[in-house]
Amino acid sequence: MLRQASRLLSRSVTAASSKSVTARAFSTELPSTVDSTFVESWKKVAPNMDPPQTPSSFMKPRPSTASSIPTKLTVNFVLPYASELSGKEVDMVIIPATTGQMGVLPGHVPTIAELKPGIMSVHEGTDIKKYFVSSGFAFLHANSVADIIAVEAVPLENIDASQVQKGLADFTQKLASASTDLEKAEAQIGVEVHSAMNAALSG
Amino acid sequence: MASSAAVPFWRAAGMTYITYSNICANLVRKCLKEPFKAESMNREKVHFSLSKWADGKPQKPGFFFFFTLLPV
Repeated sequence: MLRQASRLLSRSVTAASSKSVTARAFSTELPSTVDSTFVESWKKVAPNMDPPQTPSSFMKPRPSTASSIPTKLTVNFVLPYASELSGKEVDMVIIPATTGQMGVLPGHVPTIAELKPGIMSVHEGTDIKKYFVSSGFAFLHANSVADIIAVEAVPLENIDASQVQKGLADFTQKLASASTDLEKAEAQIGVEVHSAMNAALSG
Repeated sequence: MASSAAVPFWRAAGMTYITYSNICANLVRKCLKEPFKAESMNREKVHFSLSKWADGKPQKPGFFFFFTLLPV
């Protein structure tokens, strides 16, 4: 009976207090992810100290998913040195995922996609903006927000076709003559990146 | 139970994702047209200071240099 007492007490305290995330006056107001047996044994051993908090108690609740699919996709496209697009509302983006070109529309299933070197295009009405992305990740959230992060992304006009051809020839040759696993992997990466750039420039 | 998912070739060769990603980014930067290439090299400059130690003391006060490209 006494075992239940602290749980019942904390339940009534939580119900009475406001539901704001920042108001955390008593340790008994922890969200239901708290392990009540642990808290009780803690109180027996150290009644004057608050039980330690866990990372989940610091987490903010997820932004709610709209009940109807929004008409526009909000895109945040960031690079380590610049924020290319920030909160831009677009119709569709096509991202070069490792599993192939993936079209993202508003209301897309929440996905985390690893990107391969390739073209990312942002479609806004009749406007299409293309970037060549070196690699990165795309996080598609349930509320139609897409966070795309890349290490290097350049508009296609900034790529020099002759250097791409030269690089492709170089790395193809290195791949043929590579000996260790690591050299082979590096040469293979070179071939992939340069073929992707080639395809991007000509396609 | 399957032993493992198909690993990418670079992971199989012992490379981490960060190394792979940095190599890709460097290759793309090397293929840029002129003003953009110089800007990106500037941006990605890393300043190093390397000192060799012997008997608990640095041998030289340290020699300074900087890398603009990963040794690929």
